[in-house]
This record gives sequence, structure tokens and C-alpha cells, in this order.
Amino acid sequence: MRIATANETYLADEALLRTRTQWAWLGLFALVLVAAPFVLNNYWLYLACLVAINVASATGLNILTGYTGLVSLGQGAFMAVGAYTVAWLSQKTGMPFLVNILAGGLVAAFVGILVGIPSLRVKGLYLAIATIGASIILQFVFLNWSSVTGGARGLAVRPANFFGTSLTTYFQLYWAFVPITVLMVVGAANLFRTRIGRAFIAIRDRDISAEVLGIPLLRYKLMSFAVSSFYAGVAGGMWAYFFRAVGPESFTIVESIFFLAAIIVGGMGSILGGIVGATFMTLVPEILRFGVELASPYVSNAGALLSPIRTIAFGALIMLFLVFEPQGIAEIIQRVRRFFHLWPFKT
Amino acid sequence: MSDFLFFLEVSLAGLGSGALLSLTALAFVLIYKATRVINLAVSEILMMGGYFFFALAAGMSLSPWVALPLAIAGGGLIGAIVERGVIRRMLGESAISVFMVTVGLGSVLVGLVEFVWGTNPRTLPDFTGTAPVFIGQLYISRKIAIAFVVASLVIAIFLLLFRYWRGGVALRATATDQAAAYSCGINVPGVFSAAWIIGCATAAGAGILLGAIGGISPVMGAFGLSALVVVIVGGLDSVMGALVAGLLIGLVEAWAGTYLGGEYKLVSTFIILIVMLMVRPYGLFGTTEIERL
Repeated sequence: MRIATANETYLADEALLRTRTQWAWLGLFALVLVAAPFVLNNYWLYLACLVAINVASATGLNILTGYTGLVSLGQGAFMAVGAYTVAWLSQKTGMPFLVNILAGGLVAAFVGILVGIPSLRVKGLYLAIATIGASIILQFVFLNWSSVTGGARGLAVRPANFFGTSLTTYFQLYWAFVPITVLMVVGAANLFRTRIGRAFIAIRDRDISAEVLGIPLLRYKLMSFAVSSFYAGVAGGMWAYFFRAVGPESFTIVESIFFLAAIIVGGMGSILGGIVGATFMTLVPEILRFGVELASPYVSNAGALLSPIRTIAFGALIMLFLVFEPQGIAEIIQRVRRFFHLWPFKT
Repeated sequence: MSDFLFFLEVSLAGLGSGALLSLTALAFVLIYKATRVINLAVSEILMMGGYFFFALAAGMSLSPWVALPLAIAGGGLIGAIVERGVIRRMLGESAISVFMVTVGLGSVLVGLVEFVWGTNPRTLPDFTGTAPVFIGQLYISRKIAIAFVVASLVIAIFLLLFRYWRGGVALRATATDQAAAYSCGINVPGVFSAAWIIGCATAAGAGILLGAIGGISPVMGAFGLSALVVVIVGGLDSVMGALVAGLLIGLVEAWAGTYLGGEYKLVSTFIILIVMLMVRPYGLFGTTEIERL
């Protein structure tokens, strides 16, 4: 039982973080984020940047799927739109990278609205299939609109330009990506304390009821698509600056499944879930790599088996979580919290 | 005149691959009708069918005619295991969760195939002969002709079974109203299992036919994406729809692939899909679902 938590003002009652413990955890987490680049070696910094990118995109998908209830298998394609926009802008103009990334997000948001139009007629699985269709059409555009996208060869990306210095090392990119991601995650957390966010949740819980309550369904569904693909576009832009090349093979349908899997594993409809899920799913392949390296002296062609093992683990994680822990890792965290809240009393 | 002949040949080839699409779509429809699950893993079970056949016929050098039923039974076995092990536990969960389980299952199956057989494409041992077939002046590849005949036969059998066989009627009853079917004494869980077994076996059979035409590889599940379009266009719960839409999509793919270029094949079908979802979300022959509060 948590005691001494009575709120005396409305402001305290609607605060995002309500207890000292939450503030303490957040402070610790912020400290870790700041200290990390000075402690980690290059390989772990590379992973940290990748995690930041994936967290941003997964949070976006969580807004659309977890909070608005519109299942999308197009997140990878939206990221690709952002990545291509950034690549094109970096080649044709010398604009600073923040502007480029913002532009990537806006273009992706526009494409997201277009892709969201079928949600006018269909929802649920049908919408998921419509987004598969949209991402295949986008893939086709990337491959064949050669004058802009570079066709099958793709585009090279010039290093991110931040007030004259170009960001090339993982150390520099970490300082660029992590603040952007933190900003976007905080934005998402706050979104659901506003009228728009509440409307999204109402649509998820029962769209017909939401319409009866006076929420214009189409407008809010399209808005959700726009916000979600804005996140994806920004994440894609960061991705472009990170890998410095974008091609039609960079974002396949597997990437879209990856993000959906990340929020399922993490916990749909929970900001924490998006963060934890994306982090977990990004790190699992690396853990498997360590495992395979450990096994390599004993197994003859362990290296060749890594990719299939990753594919199997990826699918198995999705299945296991859906069967045994449908609320995801966020629910496990909640359970641990509850245990400590009730600790001396519940036996 | 030869242009017209060429057009006919292209169309015939399109109908041939369309029949295969129909067969794969049938697997989707069967499973959806009984259990309301869109099983995206059908494409991977199709691939498993091809690999089972490969393992039995090439690996253990069995006669193709022994390997064929065994491989199909292998597909059915996967269906049974998945239904009892995973899908049954997910009863009552949201449709999206079950859909994602099948996506995960697909990933596991692809990983297993890569683990056991590697990523290189393989060719299936020949069991059909290669002499081309001529209809009048029209040339068709023998394998496509065989695929067409087999697929049409199987679909015809299924249509008859749904109409007259006890199990087929039970399946239709379950599809209409599970509770009513159950109180009439129909073994509804049994129907679920049967639908998965038969559906997955059909997919495995389609995989062997597809593998005989184009070889097998871990990425051949992409064929299932076209089949998914077929199911949506035809209507998720309509066998007739699977047949008609399969032939239609097969024709469109063949025409687009020949006259516009190979890269237009997939994109043209998916444009049809989007248009269909916008205009008639429940497909040509599907049941319109009415939603009430």
C-alpha cells in the first residue's frame, strides 16, 4: 500500500509523474543516458544509437496501434519515406540535419495520411492488409522512381551537418539521436493527456461509441496516422544519417513486422512498453550473436546458423508473448511494482 | 494474328498460376471460415510443403508418388500441431493478436527451413515430365497445365464436399453460428482442427505444385502475399470467391508481367487490393459483417 500520496492540487493530480519514486527512477535513467557515451565502447554506442532510432519509431507505431487501435504493417515503409527524404535533401541542399529530419517527418506524415485513407472504410485485419498493400506500392515507387530515389542502387547520405560540424562518429550521433528520441517519447506521453490523445483512446476502445460521443472518426484516425508516420519519418531520417545509405532493400515488410512485434513484446498502449519492447527486440539479435560465438568452437558452421536462429527467435518471441503475456513486458514491470507496493502485507 | 496468339498464351499461363493462387487462397478461406483467423503462415506452410517433398523425394530418394502424399500429410500435421498448441489457446483473444501469432509462426517456419536446408534455392525432382502441351496452336508449359488441372480438380472437390459431405456441412454451420452449431451436436472444436489440418494440407499441396514450376527457396512464401490479395478480393469466407478472384489475379499478374514488365506484377495486384478495400471491403462474394453497439 502506497501511503502519503494524497494530492492537494489539480496540477499534482494530473502530473505525468506523481510520486517521488518515479522521479528518482527517471533521474537515474537520465543520468545513465548522459553517462553512457563516456563509458560505452564504440560497439555498444552503435547499439545505443540503433535503440534510440527504433524506440522513436516503435513509439510512433504505439500511438497508432496501441492507443488508436489501428493495426499497421506499414511502419517500415513510412521510415523509408523519411529516410529517402533526408537522403535526397542531404544530397541536393546543404540544410542542417535537424531541418532535414523534420522535413523527413513531415513528408512521411503526408504519406501516412494518404495510406490512412482506407481506414475510412475498413479496420482491424483489413486495415492491416491495406497497409501491407500500401508498403508494397511504396516499395515499388522507391525501386522505379529512379530520378529521385536512385532506383535499385539507392542514395548515399552526406554526414549530418550540425552548425558546420559534421556528425560522423557514434559518439556524436548519440548526442544527436538520444535527445530527439527523448523529446518524441515525452511528446507521446503528453499527447495522451490532451483532447486529441483521449480521442485516440476512445476510438481504440470502441470506434462506434467514440463517434456517438462526437469524435469525428475519419479526422482523428488520419491524425493518428499522421502523428505515427511523423515519428516513423523522423526515425527513418535518423536511420539515414546513421547508416549513410538508403536503398529499396533497407526497409522491407520484415521491418514493419519488427516494429509491430516490438510493441507487442513491450506492451501495446503503454509508452514504457514501446521503449522496453524496442530496446529488447534490438538487443536480442546481439545476445544471440554472443551465444553463437560462444558455441562456435563446438559447432562446425555456427556463423552460418546465426541468421536462421535469429529468425526463429524473432517469431518465437512474438508467439510466446502473445500466448503467455499478451500485455507485454510493461505488464511484467507493473507486476513487479505491485509486489513492492504491497510488499509487507501481501504474502 | 501472332500477337493475338501470344496474348492467348500469356492468358493461359496466367490462368495456370491463377489456379495455384486459388488453391492457396482456398487454404486461407477454409481456416478463416471455421476459426475466423487470417492465417498469414499459410504462405510458409506452402513453402514447408515444397521442402517436405524435397526432403522425401530428393533427400531420401523416395518415389515422387510416395513422397507427394507424405509431404501433404506433413503440411496437415503442422496444421494440427499449430491449431492444438497455439491457436486453441488464443480462442477469444482479439483477431489482431491471433493474426500476429501466425506472423510469428511464419517467421519460425522460415527460420527452421533456413536452419535445416540453407538459403539457396533448390529444384524439386521432376515428376511431371517436360513435354510441352499444345491446345490447338497454343503452347503451354506442361507443369503449369498440370498445376491448373490439379488445382481446378481440388477446388471442384472442395465445392462438392462443402455441399454434400457431413463434415462440409458441419463446417458451414460452424461458420454461420458457432453456438447454434454446437447445440445441434456438431463437434465445433473438431471442426476447428479439421479446418486447420485440411487447410494446411491444401497449402502444402499448392507448395509442391509451385515448387515443381519455379523451384523452392525460403522466400517462396512471398507467393502467399498474392494469395492474400486473392482472398480479400474474393471475400474472406467464400470458396467461390477464392476461385474467381484467383483466376482474375492470375490473369492480371500475367498481363502486367508481360506487357508492363516483371516489376509491375505485384504492384498491380496490390493496387487492385487497395481499390477493392475502398469500394467493397468484404470482397466480391464475402459476407458483409454488420457491426452493432
